[in-house]
Amino acid sequence: MHWWLPLKASTFTGPIDGLFLAILIITGIAFVLVEVGLIWFVVKYRQRPGRKAFYTHGNTRAEVIWTTIPAVTMVALGLVSNHYWVQIKGRNSIPPNAYPIGIHAKQFEWQITYPGADGKLGTGDDFTVRNQLHVPVGRPIMVQLSSEDVIHSFYVPQFRVRQDVVPGMDIKAWFQATVPGTYELGCSQLCGLGHYRMRAQVFVQTQDDYDAWMKQAAQEASQ
Amino acid sequence: MTHAAATVDQMQPPYPAERGLDVYNKKLGMWVFLASEVMFFAALIGTYVILRFGATGEWARPGIVLNIKITAFNTFLLICSSVSMVKAYAAIQDGDPKKMRFWLLMTILGGATFVGIQIYEYVHLVEHGFVPSGVREGSELAALVANGTLPAATMGLYGSTFFTMTGFHGFHVTCGVISMAYLYFTKALPGKYSKQDYGGIETVGLYWHFVDLVWIILFTIVYLI
Amino acid sequence: MTSVAATAHGAQAHHDDRSFVRKYIFSTDHKIIGIQFLFVSLFFLLVGGLLAMQMRWQLGFPGKPMPGGGVLPETMAPGGVILPEYYIQLVTMHGTFMVFFAIMPLLVGVFANFLIPLKIGTHDMAFPRINMWSFWTFLIGGVVMLSSLFVPDGAARAGWTMYAPLSARHDYSGASIGQELWSVSIIFVGLSSILGSLNYITTIINNRAPGMTWFRLPLSVWSLFITAILGLLALPVLSGAAIMLLFDQIIGTHFFDPAAGGQALLWQHLFWFFGHPEVYILILPAMGMVSDIIANGSRKPIFGYHSMVFAIVAIAFLGWIVWGHHMFVSGMNPTLGSSFMVSTLVIAVPSAVKTFNWMGTMWRGNLRFHVPMLHAVAFVAMFVIGGLSGIFMAATPVDMQIHDTYFIVAHLHYVLFGGSLFALFGAITYWYPKMFGRLMSEPWGKVHFWLTFIFYNCTFFPMHITGMAGEMRRLYDPNQYTFLQPWQPMRVFISISAFLLFATQLIFFVNFWWSLWKGQKAPQNPWEDNGLEWSLPSPAPHGNWEKVPTVYRGPYEFSSPQVAEDYLPQYKKLPTDREPARVPLAGH
Repeated sequence: MHWWLPLKASTFTGPIDGLFLAILIITGIAFVLVEVGLIWFVVKYRQRPGRKAFYTHGNTRAEVIWTTIPAVTMVALGLVSNHYWVQIKGRNSIPPNAYPIGIHAKQFEWQITYPGADGKLGTGDDFTVRNQLHVPVGRPIMVQLSSEDVIHSFYVPQFRVRQDVVPGMDIKAWFQATVPGTYELGCSQLCGLGHYRMRAQVFVQTQDDYDAWMKQAAQEASQ
Repeated sequence: MTHAAATVDQMQPPYPAERGLDVYNKKLGMWVFLASEVMFFAALIGTYVILRFGATGEWARPGIVLNIKITAFNTFLLICSSVSMVKAYAAIQDGDPKKMRFWLLMTILGGATFVGIQIYEYVHLVEHGFVPSGVREGSELAALVANGTLPAATMGLYGSTFFTMTGFHGFHVTCGVISMAYLYFTKALPGKYSKQDYGGIETVGLYWHFVDLVWIILFTIVYLI
Repeated sequence: MTSVAATAHGAQAHHDDRSFVRKYIFSTDHKIIGIQFLFVSLFFLLVGGLLAMQMRWQLGFPGKPMPGGGVLPETMAPGGVILPEYYIQLVTMHGTFMVFFAIMPLLVGVFANFLIPLKIGTHDMAFPRINMWSFWTFLIGGVVMLSSLFVPDGAARAGWTMYAPLSARHDYSGASIGQELWSVSIIFVGLSSILGSLNYITTIINNRAPGMTWFRLPLSVWSLFITAILGLLALPVLSGAAIMLLFDQIIGTHFFDPAAGGQALLWQHLFWFFGHPEVYILILPAMGMVSDIIANGSRKPIFGYHSMVFAIVAIAFLGWIVWGHHMFVSGMNPTLGSSFMVSTLVIAVPSAVKTFNWMGTMWRGNLRFHVPMLHAVAFVAMFVIGGLSGIFMAATPVDMQIHDTYFIVAHLHYVLFGGSLFALFGAITYWYPKMFGRLMSEPWGKVHFWLTFIFYNCTFFPMHITGMAGEMRRLYDPNQYTFLQPWQPMRVFISISAFLLFATQLIFFVNFWWSLWKGQKAPQNPWEDNGLEWSLPSPAPHGNWEKVPTVYRGPYEFSSPQVAEDYLPQYKKLPTDREPARVPLAGH
């Protein structure tokens, strides 16, 4: 079992995993402080005959310190997080040369439309495949998400990419795969009876392999 | 002691007590309840605003489906009933229960008439084909949709928001009328209200003014804009 | 309730000649109403737990017949093997029952009702009959929700969050009347909450005993007051949303149906605008009661009482502007994501302050580990884990990875179980003597505490890890995904821990019921506490006091140098104390 975040297979893993680790360290320090502190107090200050508690209503200086440090930490975390958030999901985050793929979610399958030889979606040479997402490695991919019926969610754990797919909205998301291989796309928003099996295979291929597959798949689709 | 202190003695919080808001319990309770009502109507009205101004298509012009003239009269009626409510409250504050009973009765009648006219309007609208789901097939209004006078894309939302907002407002008015009638027969008529104890009138009056205010907002955003 | 009847002696406010029905069934006495909420909510807690056990059976032992599963209908679990349609009902109803019919009423319905008049020094709530209605509307809501499990096509199944359009259309969900009954039930719950809040707010503002100034109120009362305001303003929005969902379901409106121009995200905004204040409703009273218990157990004043009050207010205030953090990847404008992230990170600060202040209270105390104190300290230990895990999801890029995974499930159970439920076990044990005139068994309380603590952490801590691995929520069969198959042994471990956790709760239930009849008779002030309620006999009589007490100091004067004992009640007058200033009014 791999006891950490999944295999890193996209350009998002740098910022997201890094942020995760940073938060783990910060919260880890707080966690140790509190839990060790509690255990220490529980042992050291347990009632014993003849002892009396120390009568105090507080200490303003201590409170200022333990309010300021978390506040400053949270602000810093917010600034760093937002920087990456804008890069990943911002209005203008999609790279202009991103390769477009259409993904139409419906109960309970993924209908994936490829742009065909001309590389543009919405033209005559587009073709649709069920539950198989092929992407070329090392290129930004833009997925155009739409839903036939209810809310679904596009999620590939190894790519660190997740985006809800909402009926009535056309949502664009992007990612760039870095490691060729086979992965899984899972629906990540309860969408009904078949939610648990709304799964697609994801193939990250070299550009050559991808082109070869595309040619063959286009042929098969036109038959 | 001041005039105000003497008359509201019966309506003070139970003593001995630490100083609260200097507003007796029934009245404070009504203000608190009205805060929750504000949130409830905010949810309904907010939804209407989001759906209407977020809709990609045109929204029907109010005058085509709805009868603005009758509803304007109804609005005037409701405002008058708030005035009569104030008069009832002023009367009992001055220690005149007979006058208070008269104006309370006027308020009840005004409110009941408002509800009656609203029901008449609803029946009328449904007959012409306007229902919560939009426009009924084969109806008079369906013809207007077919010839483009009414926008097909948004009539569903129009029906949904119209009936929900005005329906719940009407429900609140009805509850107000029933409450006032209850107080009229169990407290006002037997002469239980006096200069020293008129909390019920003030409390129900607050509710009534709120219901009126919500209507003024609804009338503006549904019938006029 | 035989103990209440049997020990109704002592300082009666007036001669109590009410009938049995008026005394115990349709009662307007805030204490009886609180106890009614307690019995009914504990029942629903059990229901919620049973639903979870079935979920864990499917996850741990998929495809195997469940013991006792033979009682389930063929359409839900043929031969005791749970079907997907039943699994998603279990998921939905577990969340629904736990949030609306167990934790919220246990914290608010029970303790706001029972404690407020007692702790502020008055005879009853401002509006006793409306208070009674608040219980009965709650019960109606509960019965309606329970009935939805037994109707044709079964219960609602779109998650307790009921996202539209899945929840709005039968052709999408496969449910029929069960979905509608959910909406109807929630409308009753909303009404119950609003009626209750009305009372709590008015009573606390206007009916405090002389000398009970705002800054002498115990933190339990402060938290219940602020919670009541949250409930007053948040539940109507849920009611409005539930009404609109119901209309979409039955009269053909289109609020949430994009096919007819409605907006799916509208439901999410309405639901979470309610939903986030709701989770603060589910934690603030627990925090307040934990404060009371920790001060008592430490024999020390609360560290930084004023900051604790401001922290409660800050959490409640900020709680209104963070709702979008449930919607970071929903398709909502990403710029809104940024603003919600900021407000969410900020709200971590007052919670941190409270944690440090609890520790400050224990520091240099003289700690007594009675059962309530064990639970209160465990609350701090586990709430902190839940709070810290929240920071991961507050950071929007990280949330992309962990949203809708078991990491979230771990977080919410650490704050709601590790937090709220532990606080509740402590609070029920603590105020049990004042409710029933008897003490719960201390040794069995300790056994229950330790076993619960161990099994609870075994059940929920691993979920952080499977969530990190990408395990999505609400999956009937995670093994459909190759990357989730290696985690099946962990799922089995979690399920077995959960079964043991559930079994352990039987100890609490038996202790609770057995002690009603056979528990040790309770003295007036068994915990040597300072609150006004401890000036009354155990159990407290109808009407509470003949004459309301006078308050001379704050609630946390433990180990005060003024007296030899290590506690100094709020109502005890010392020679050096002056009477509080009376508000002058004719005739009083």
